[in-house]
Amino acid sequence: MYEGAIQDLIDELGRLPGVGPKSAQRIAFHLMQAEPADARRLADAITTVKDTVRFCARCFNVSEAEHCRICQDQRRDGTLLCVVEEARDVQAIERTREFRGRYHVLGGAISPIDGVGPDELHIAELIRRLDDEPVEELILATNPNVEGEATASYLSRLLEHLGVRVTRLASGLPVGGDLDYADEVTLGRAFSGRRELGA
Amino acid sequence: MGTYRDQGIVLRTYKLGETDRIVHLLTQGRGKVRAVAKGVRRPGSRFGGRLEPYSHVDLQLYEGRNLDIVNQAELLAPHAAIRADYATSAAAAVMTELTDAVAQEGERDNALFLLLRAGLQALDAGPGDPAVFVDAFLLRAASVVGFHVFTDACAVCRTPGRHVFLSVKAGGALCADCAPPGTRAVDTRVIDAVATFSRGGEWSALPGLAREAPAARATAASYARAFAEHHLDRRFKAYDAVPRP
Ligand SMILES: [Zn+2]
Ligand SMILES: [Zn+2]
Repeated sequence: MYEGAIQDLIDELGRLPGVGPKSAQRIAFHLMQAEPADARRLADAITTVKDTVRFCARCFNVSEAEHCRICQDQRRDGTLLCVVEEARDVQAIERTREFRGRYHVLGGAISPIDGVGPDELHIAELIRRLDDEPVEELILATNPNVEGEATASYLSRLLEHLGVRVTRLASGLPVGGDLDYADEVTLGRAFSGRRELGA
Repeated sequence: MGTYRDQGIVLRTYKLGETDRIVHLLTQGRGKVRAVAKGVRRPGSRFGGRLEPYSHVDLQLYEGRNLDIVNQAELLAPHAAIRADYATSAAAAVMTELTDAVAQEGERDNALFLLLRAGLQALDAGPGDPAVFVDAFLLRAASVVGFHVFTDACAVCRTPGRHVFLSVKAGGALCADCAPPGTRAVDTRVIDAVATFSRGGEWSALPGLAREAPAARATAASYARAFAEHHLDRRFKAYDAVPRP
C-alpha cells in the first residue's frame, strides 16, 4: 500500500476493466514519471469525454449531440435496424461497410446467472422504435456466445407477432468470441449471409 | 505441478483481460475447477466455442497455484439446443448456478456431476417445458448435497405413509402428530409431484406428469424452490428468468 494521492490513483486505475492491481501500479508510476503536459492531456481527454459524450437518445450509441451521427444521417436506410449489445459493436460493424441501416444498442445481454434480465436492457425503447419508425427488418447482431444467443432468442420470440422480419447474423462467426474482435471480412460475410429466425 | 486430464461441464465464464476467460467447470474427478482459457475470445481461438457454458468437454489442464490453465478442450456434448432457446438457456443457468454454488474445489462429487449432466441432457433433448426440469433438479441436487426431501414417510418420526402436511424447514411431508400448528395440508397429488421431482430416474417423463396435474405441479414447484433455497442457504438469481406455464 502506498500513501495518499498515488494509492488513490492506483485504486481508480484498478477499477478499470481488464486492469489488475499489478497493471494499475505500473500505469500509476508511469504517469508519475511522465511529462506534466502528457499527464494533463490524458486528464483533459477523460474530462472532455465525460462532459461532451453521451448516449444517443434514440439508439444509445455514443454521441456528442442528442442524436448520434448515424441517427441523423438521412442517407441511412431506415427500414433496416441492427441490434447490438454495446456501442463498440456499432464501430465493428461500421468498419465492414456492409450495412447501411441504423442501429439499436441494448447496453448488454440477457444473463440470468448474473441477474441481468430484459428490463435491464434498452428493449422497451426498441419496441417503441418499431412503432415509430418504418423498420422492416431487424438484424440481431448479438455476440455469438451464451448470453448473446439467449438475448437473440428472447427478442425473436418477443417480436414474432409484430410483423417485422427478424434475422440473425450468419454462422461463421466464431462461437465464444467477441463480435468486435471479428475481422471485417468475417463480420461482413456474416452480414450478407444473415438468416431468418423463428421460421 | 503438472498437467492432468478430466472431463467436465462448463458452469460459467468470466471475462479476463482483453481476450481471456476464467472458466468454472464441474469435473468428474476433481470437483469444481477454476481455470483460465487464454485467448478464447479472439476469433480463431483453438478452443472455438467449446468452453461456452453448458458444454460437456474432455479437458487437459495445467495445474496452477491459484487458477489452472486449460491446455486442450475436446467437445463431448455441445448441448447447443440449450443455448438456442431463451427459456431453456435460463433453465440451464439455474442448474449451473446451483452447481457452481455447492460444488467444492478439489472434492470429487460424481453424483453431482452425473445429475448435472442428466439435467442438461434433458433440457437439450426436449424444449417445451424447461421449468419442470429445474423443479426436479433443485430437489435432486439438494438430495445429492445431503438434504433429501421426505415424501414416503414423516420427516420427523419416520412413520411410513403418504402424509400431507408439507414443511420446508422440517424437510418434507409430516404426519398430523408431528406437524406444528399452522402447517398447511396439501392435496396428495402435490406430495406425488414432489416425490416425482425428487426421485432419481426418468427425466423425459416429467413434462407429461406435470401436464396431468397443473395445479399440484405449480405448488410442488414453489415448494421445490423454497426447499432448495432454504437448505442450500442461497437464492438462485436465474430462477425468475425461467418462464413458467
Ligand atoms: Zn443514434
Ligand atoms: Zn410424524
